[in-house]
Amino acid sequence: MERTAIIGIGMTKQERRKESETFSDMVFEAVTKALNDAEMTIKDIDNIVTGCNDFWDGRTISSMAVGDASGAWDKNISCVEGDGTFVALYGLTRILSGSYRATLITAHSKGSESISSLITNAMFDPIYTRPLGLDAITSSALQAKCYMDKYGITEEQCAMVSVKNHRNAKNNPYSQLPMDLSVKDVLNSRRLADPIKLLDASPITDGACAIILADEGMAKRFSKHPVWIRGVGFCADAYHLGDRDLAECKSLEKAAKTAYRMAGIENPFKEIDVAEIYDAFSYQELMWSEGLGFCEKGEGGKLVESGKTEMGGSMPINPSGGCLSAHAVIAAGLIRIAEAVLQVRGGAGKRQIPDVKTGLAHGINGPCGQSHCVWILGE
Amino acid sequence: MNKWLETVEPLVYESRIKVPYTWSVGEVGSRFLIELRDHKKIYGTRCPKCNIVYLPPRKTCSQCFFNLDEWVEVGPQGTLITYTLVHYESSMMPMKSPFAYGIILLDKANTGLVHLLDEVKSEEIKTGMRVEPVFKDERTGDIMDIRYFRPVR
Ligand SMILES: [Zn+2]
Repeated sequence: MERTAIIGIGMTKQERRKESETFSDMVFEAVTKALNDAEMTIKDIDNIVTGCNDFWDGRTISSMAVGDASGAWDKNISCVEGDGTFVALYGLTRILSGSYRATLITAHSKGSESISSLITNAMFDPIYTRPLGLDAITSSALQAKCYMDKYGITEEQCAMVSVKNHRNAKNNPYSQLPMDLSVKDVLNSRRLADPIKLLDASPITDGACAIILADEGMAKRFSKHPVWIRGVGFCADAYHLGDRDLAECKSLEKAAKTAYRMAGIENPFKEIDVAEIYDAFSYQELMWSEGLGFCEKGEGGKLVESGKTEMGGSMPINPSGGCLSAHAVIAAGLIRIAEAVLQVRGGAGKRQIPDVKTGLAHGINGPCGQSHCVWILGE
Repeated sequence: MNKWLETVEPLVYESRIKVPYTWSVGEVGSRFLIELRDHKKIYGTRCPKCNIVYLPPRKTCSQCFFNLDEWVEVGPQGTLITYTLVHYESSMMPMKSPFAYGIILLDKANTGLVHLLDEVKSEEIKTGMRVEPVFKDERTGDIMDIRYFRPVR
């Protein structure tokens, strides 16, 4: 792969309700920060890919509604309707095509403006599944039960993920729910859909993120601290939940393998210094840890118990606080990439892990992690 | 960011994106739903190459890209693969909480069907439990012609 770098990142604070701002206001803030970070102006950008979801935005062609805020006038702008990791992937392929040199990636959503259960219900097949009222929480509960039963994962182990990530969020000024919690607090929180309780679930969030991708020449010209893309992998599983073995995440295993091969990584647990992974629910951090090969299948619970995924552990996961502490859908995966960039640069402030050479960012799309996208970033 | 905005109450515009919609269910969907409506029978489509019976029925095998036209009656009984007991309300949910969803592997099918569970105490729901569908008396050609699944007694 030709060398491509991330040379700028910007994000808004992630909050429960940004009542004073439109979604394009949020995008403008993130883009302005990313340009400043890259020491570029909008004139240096030759194309834009936005991450927008028409249902979350409450309008169609929502990418056009963030065109001005992304500085897209008179430029090529395209859109991915999905998680930010997939938006960035499309941006990367544009650079690799040789047609573009500096791609601005944006992603945003305002969870506060609609009703999450109704929006996520709409991701299901309108004829066979939507009439059941299934949504992101209830479908994930079906997966959590399946996974936890198969491998003997306990609710306490899931709760430990929530405790860890909310504590990590205390070091992240952009996160929404920094909290000191106990396992007991999580276990005693309101039951949503068994085995998922309120504190096992990510919150409703408003937020946006932007990053700038550049080819090698542009990266060297503009950036003192380019973070290089060493590997990317993605894979999709079946759409209908009943077609899949929900206790497994085969598409993640495949995506990770592809990314590792590209990056020349043989032992991910040893060679990756920090991981930002898409923990929409606490059980997912355990399940995705297995899929990413950080531990054997079914050992995700033991991994969190070992303390290795804590800030001071050998494989810190989600020092940002993860999606459990702030979950702006669509933006969330791009925020994982931006957080990994900060870690590799050594610019993550109080949430910095010492001596990060290689960082991993992960995003999901579709119900119960139907698709996965894995990024390996390095110095 | 904007000092002026701090001196006033920010306005929000309240509306909705509700749009009536009519989805074609196609040849496969029509046959499946007509069997439900007229005969209380559940049919899947089978891929002869992969020997997979799909439920809900598909026109194309996801594994081998083969066009499927072999119909197989499945169920009506099946086995519960996973379930969840729901404790909150949402306007798309057809039952008042607490109620349960399950994924059911109907006999002779190879893929699971997501549906509702009822006529069972929550503590009695178990993975691996045998269940059967309860049909509506007045059926309209809709997945909800199956009201829910209940334990086989
Ligand atoms: Zn086949």
